[in-house]
Amino acid sequence: MNRTMTCILCPNGCEMTIEYKEKELLSVCGNRCPKGASYAEQEIKNPMRNIASSVLVKGGDLPLCSVRLSAPIPREKIPEVMEEIRRITVSAPVSIGDVLAPNVLGLGSDVIATRNIEKLH
Amino acid sequence: MNPIYDVLVIGAGVVGCSVARELSRYQLSVCVAEKGPDVCMETSSRNSAVLHAGYNNKTGSLMAKFCVEGNRTFDQIAEELDIPYRRTGKLVVGFTPEDREKLEELKAQGERNGIEGIRMVERDFIDKKAPCVGGNFAMWSPTTAILSPFQFTFGMAENAAENGVQFFFDSEVTQITHGRLINGTFQPDPPKTGGPDPAKTGQSDPAEASEFHSAKNRNNAPGAPYDPDGVYTVTTKGKSFLTRWVINCAGLGSDRISAMLGIDEYTLYPCRGEYYILDKRLSHMLPLPAYPVPNIKTGGLGIHLTPTLDGNIMVGPSTEYIDSREDYSATRPIMDMLIEDGSRIFPYLKKEYFIRNFAGIRPKLAPPGVGGFHDFVIERRDAVAPHAVNLVGIESPGLTSAVPIAHEVIRLMKEVEPLKENPAFNPIRRRAVTFRDKTPEEQARLIKENPDYGEIICRCETITKAEVLAAIRGPLGAKTVTGVKYRCRAMMGRCQGGYCQPKITELLMEEKGIRPEDLTYERRGSYLFTGEVRES
Amino acid sequence: MTFIHKQAVIIGGGPGGLAAAAELKKNGIDDILILEREHTPGGILRQCIHDGFGLTRFGETLSGPEYAQRFIDDVKKQGIEIVTDATVIGLTRDRKVTAASKDGLLQYQADAVILTMGCRERTRGALSIPGERPAGVFTAGTAQAYINLKNKMVGKNVIILGSGDIGMIMARRMTLEGAKVQAVFEIQPYPSGLPRNIEQCLNDYQIPLYLSHTVTKIIGHNRLEAVEVSQVDENMQPIPGTEKRYDCDTLILSVGLIPENELSLMAGVELDPRTKGAVVDEFYQTSVPGIFAAGNVLHVHDLVDFVSLEAERLAKSVAAYLKEDLAPAEISIETGGLIGYTVPQKISGARDVSLSFRPRKPVRGCRVEIRQDETCLVSRTYPKLLPAEMETIDLPAGKLLSKSNIKVVTVDE
Repeated sequence: MNRTMTCILCPNGCEMTIEYKEKELLSVCGNRCPKGASYAEQEIKNPMRNIASSVLVKGGDLPLCSVRLSAPIPREKIPEVMEEIRRITVSAPVSIGDVLAPNVLGLGSDVIATRNIEKLH
Repeated sequence: MNPIYDVLVIGAGVVGCSVARELSRYQLSVCVAEKGPDVCMETSSRNSAVLHAGYNNKTGSLMAKFCVEGNRTFDQIAEELDIPYRRTGKLVVGFTPEDREKLEELKAQGERNGIEGIRMVERDFIDKKAPCVGGNFAMWSPTTAILSPFQFTFGMAENAAENGVQFFFDSEVTQITHGRLINGTFQPDPPKTGGPDPAKTGQSDPAEASEFHSAKNRNNAPGAPYDPDGVYTVTTKGKSFLTRWVINCAGLGSDRISAMLGIDEYTLYPCRGEYYILDKRLSHMLPLPAYPVPNIKTGGLGIHLTPTLDGNIMVGPSTEYIDSREDYSATRPIMDMLIEDGSRIFPYLKKEYFIRNFAGIRPKLAPPGVGGFHDFVIERRDAVAPHAVNLVGIESPGLTSAVPIAHEVIRLMKEVEPLKENPAFNPIRRRAVTFRDKTPEEQARLIKENPDYGEIICRCETITKAEVLAAIRGPLGAKTVTGVKYRCRAMMGRCQGGYCQPKITELLMEEKGIRPEDLTYERRGSYLFTGEVRES
Repeated sequence: MTFIHKQAVIIGGGPGGLAAAAELKKNGIDDILILEREHTPGGILRQCIHDGFGLTRFGETLSGPEYAQRFIDDVKKQGIEIVTDATVIGLTRDRKVTAASKDGLLQYQADAVILTMGCRERTRGALSIPGERPAGVFTAGTAQAYINLKNKMVGKNVIILGSGDIGMIMARRMTLEGAKVQAVFEIQPYPSGLPRNIEQCLNDYQIPLYLSHTVTKIIGHNRLEAVEVSQVDENMQPIPGTEKRYDCDTLILSVGLIPENELSLMAGVELDPRTKGAVVDEFYQTSVPGIFAAGNVLHVHDLVDFVSLEAERLAKSVAAYLKEDLAPAEISIETGGLIGYTVPQKISGARDVSLSFRPRKPVRGCRVEIRQDETCLVSRTYPKLLPAEMETIDLPAGKLLSKSNIKVVTVDE
């Protein structure tokens, strides 16, 4: 089968035409770098995404601390991971890179802080 | 038991607030019941912000009389209440010989109304005063001024409040019953029997309405009006009030309140006017209001351009009779028409300068198809509604006339009941400091006195945190986003609150202890948030 | 009042200002001040919590706050003075800068002023959308500030007007937070945001994007109740009979960004009506000597990496300006064909330059030429040009034939 897809790995957003059979990639064209091909392959097998959200902070200079995942997760797991993120509450201070929930749902990806939060005096 | 007020004013628009302030000069307990959440929520805040000279209204009408008087006496009110205004003068521009004829008529009417200084001028005069304004000649009205209708209304309301008037918001009147107190219990009057209200005979029939409707004197119905024991129960959505007097200043709802008082022959015809607001970037091009020759039939003054005190320009208003009294929609055909018509007088209108649309609704007594102006109704109808002053159809020039109208209300009350002066009345009100108008030295001093002046909240209009807090904490302080906007101008600039609204909502919630889901933009039900992202 | 002297005053501590400061310092300028109106630096990146920043500049993908923090750390490490909670309220042609802060009115005399104030969003008023004015109509950036910084959810049932990147980002963000995002409507016949955002923000969440559609009426007296959407014709005029009502409580507007040039105008800086930013030369110097501009205040970028890189180029020029005279830029750059604008708009011809540009509409397989005196100096073919994507074309100084104006054009193949 043939389809087109937009590579999301970088701002180039290469528009690629791919040929595949079930979950096997046969050919790719339109990608400007090799990452496009591996993206296409992953996309057919099991699309992976990172997500960003926020968690509640107690005693901080902001009410929320923004977070993301340390590594992409399967796209279909996003709703479940969001549920986990919603449950997290942290106390200030928080530093960028702090692991707020390790290995979320056993997916091999951590929920990490992406903002420094200072303790409110 | 509920207190018995001497006077209850219905409506906190410019007229209601003016009446409330005038009443606070006397030894009376006064309250104002307003259906909206704040002062100045309807017609009073949605107009051209012009202090008219008074030549547009027929000689002998209340409109003409009060407008001329309101203009002439404004300087004193402005000084007492610290209301910003500027006597810019105004040009009514014409293009054709017919226009010139109409302007001559307008000028003659103005002279009959007692206005001084109006005269016909030629193109060279326009070039000198406002070179960007179109037109071959004009009528020049030197006494016309631009003012802040917000500051005017808030000024009177705050001054009234400081002199003891109580304001009740979110208090829409649903019923008015006259009766008397017997052993502390309200006893409604028995149902009326007998013939029709004598004062009602020969009253207005829309079918026979003409271009101009003169006020009929209905004020002196027979009988001894003073009734110290009579009392009204005024029921609102929130609570009920006992009051000896009712003053109907309900603007767009004044015909309904009138009917609740038993005076049921009035029907208001809502007539919408849409406006565009232009960016300040053009302010240097329009130093004064520029109007076309009015087409009296339409019931408006024509699409005109008015500079505001803050440097924006307003284009409008249209004249469109609608069914609703609360539909402030902007519509595509009218928006296009505003550009087209406005461009005749001011050829520099460009879409990229538009920052906002708004609309106001005129409470017209003149029905559609008739148009023009019906005179203000300001009356006492003792036989039907003792101890009540009924004001219906207060449309343009209501803003200019607000203070003389209040004097008329007092006069009508004094005919019935002697009013004793309140020796403690203080006519002076000062508005909050505006940081942007100060010199750098004064700004530095302000910040030193109060560091909140050093925090700019609204970057477009340079409004500081101190000013936003003053709007929230002041007398009758704001509790809605619009309330803050009207009081201190934050969010009125070109970004329309995109930058500062999140800061202002935070201050409002903190200061007033409002939960996120209860914070409103303007009216009840206009919630901004569905809650918190993460419940804290 | 006394003015404190500074070599360089930078107005705005967002990605542009921070990058400019760090680079200035690296180029030997020590007397630098950044004025930032917020409590913490970082500018709009503070609320851009999604990832995808930094691939060009750092070779890795970061969220907005992380990207900003790298520059904040760099600026702090280098000991550059940064005053936060200070809003600039005055700027003069002779480079006097006045800022309001809780510590008083701050006044500086700068040798060079760097404008990095960023941009603001187009509003409903600027679009003149008919209808009422209920609560529930937000620009995308304001909604983003509420949700990501203020912990306030702005609605549950959402329509988005405009396919700008922030609108699409907010479509995903609000979906993740439990809102129903019904659709995105775009008046143009092509999307205005990046293709990757259509993929990962809309397609991933089955949010449809309708091109050549716009909101023609806003319905609701108190809170938004519905919007009326119409198809538009090739002149972007609504087609009667195509109206369709969508019940919703929230309308998010992502309909364009405008450089924030209030201060530039105050100083008498000439603006380009196409970019709405300053007219600059290859040194990023505006029409007012000693006043420079880069980032979104100059022209709206689609990627923050490009803002940082532009600001770093600006810093090198400012460092040079503070030491010696810059070559006068007398060659104007005109545009033709589908080229919407270029930055810079004029050059000196004394050195190699890279011109940034955007096309006015999408085009595939397009050749862009730089011409002077009817001669083609440079020609480059692009597989596709999109208004959403800023492109560059290099012009080596040696190619110039004279001091006459040059023209950047697209050529039909």
